Amino acid sequence: MGAGHAHALHRPGDSVVHRLPAHVKIVVAFVMVLAVVATPRDAFAVFGLHFLLLVGIWVAARIPPGWLAARALIEAPFVVLAVLLPFFAAGPRTEWCGMSLSVDGLLAGWNILVKGTLGVLVSVTLAATTPLRDLVSGLSRLRVPSMVCVIATLMLRYLEVIGAEARRMRLARLSRGHDPRFVWQLGATVRSVGALFLRSYERGERVHLAMLSRGYTGTMPAFTTAPASAVTWSVALLPAVAGVLLAASAYWAW
Amino acid sequence: MTASLEVSGLAFAYPDGHQALFGVDLRIERGERVALLGPNGAGKTTLVLHLNGVHRPGAGRVAVGGLEVTRENLQEIRRRVGIVFQDPDDQLFMPTVGDDVAFGPANFGVTEPELSLRVKEALDAVGVADLADRSPMHLSGGQRRRAALATVLACDPEILVLDEPSTHLDPVARRELAEVLLGLDRTMLMVTHDLPYALQLCPRSVVIDGGVVVADAPTREILADPDFLAAHRLELPFGFALG
Repeated sequence: MGAGHAHALHRPGDSVVHRLPAHVKIVVAFVMVLAVVATPRDAFAVFGLHFLLLVGIWVAARIPPGWLAARALIEAPFVVLAVLLPFFAAGPRTEWCGMSLSVDGLLAGWNILVKGTLGVLVSVTLAATTPLRDLVSGLSRLRVPSMVCVIATLMLRYLEVIGAEARRMRLARLSRGHDPRFVWQLGATVRSVGALFLRSYERGERVHLAMLSRGYTGTMPAFTTAPASAVTWSVALLPAVAGVLLAASAYWAW
Repeated sequence: MTASLEVSGLAFAYPDGHQALFGVDLRIERGERVALLGPNGAGKTTLVLHLNGVHRPGAGRVAVGGLEVTRENLQEIRRRVGIVFQDPDDQLFMPTVGDDVAFGPANFGVTEPELSLRVKEALDAVGVADLADRSPMHLSGGQRRRAALATVLACDPEILVLDEPSTHLDPVARRELAEVLLGLDRTMLMVTHDLPYALQLCPRSVVIDGGVVVADAPTREILADPDFLAAHRLELPFGFALG
């Protein structure tokens, strides 16, 4: 489905990771994130091994590190908290470069930083190797309630439509000399957001009508995504099992 | 022979009390192509939404291929009446065109392998077979319109209802759509303000105004009567005249 639904987070390819069924990849990613979160924060070497595991997957999926790093930046706002913690947390303190830092805060900050980064990298890897529509059909195969899948499907489609509408409205404002530089000039922008909301609401009603007219009764027809074979499952689950073993080993060594 | 569409004495008032239809009679035989003309607010859309049971008649009856529109028959009626809405973005809501074309027949109980066959046939019929895996967002206006038509054709409808099919199309896309529609060999009811398009595609026209049918005659005859057109806020584009 190469040209299916191009998206900034998706990197089309035909590697072994790309070819895995989406529902298998979702399960693997979920287990890997759980394993990272369950790892004790001071098991530093284990986090390194988790990272190496991911590097192995990137090599198999042929995703360049720079491409991943650019998309992992989404994490940046959350890192701010991690950086502040060592300064403001209570408890025993330590000296570093003339600054007094809280030991507990350092560990808490590290905990957020490393688990957040690894979690984001796992998610970005999943998104990079799986087209959006396959993610939704994968969720549906995993028995996620059909209403959630319908909402996700509609969101995927109409975010683009509404985005295009918003761009046209902005262009129309700019063409009439709108050039907001100060907060009190934002009125027109705010009003177009309101207009956009109303338009989207009306569109929602029309889309529903069009769906009803083609026999929609509240449940999406189950589009068949092929089930995965036992072999696929057992091979694909290897990184997830490795992640869980790593987390467990940290407890054992502790 | 059973008519494709039979509407008799259809009257309807909206919940706010506004009476939109005052006893509409309309019979369309199998294979006919009929244009539904009339000014804005005449009741065209209200009538169309009765055909597949979105609105329930206050009085009168609607039957499609001999089957009366009732609550029990709703699903079969919606299969038989294929409405192509005015804005393809309202109709195409799935991530890919192929998924969207499969949506209708899947709702009506068609399963693989027939489902894939239906999708392929419908996309072939409108000439967009190569777009099955594309997102509707990345199609041209004309391609989107034809894809929307395919989503309805895949349900194998008894009657095709087109709401303003030519709006927002460039002249080439407009002509290409006309060629596709003429090649379909299906019963068709086309709601339109585009009178030359009605003349090109539909030998017969029905004009409604103020919630009643005010004319039901050959399209050429209706369009050649400027006084009648003016009386019902209809107008041929500049430079057009029919003798």
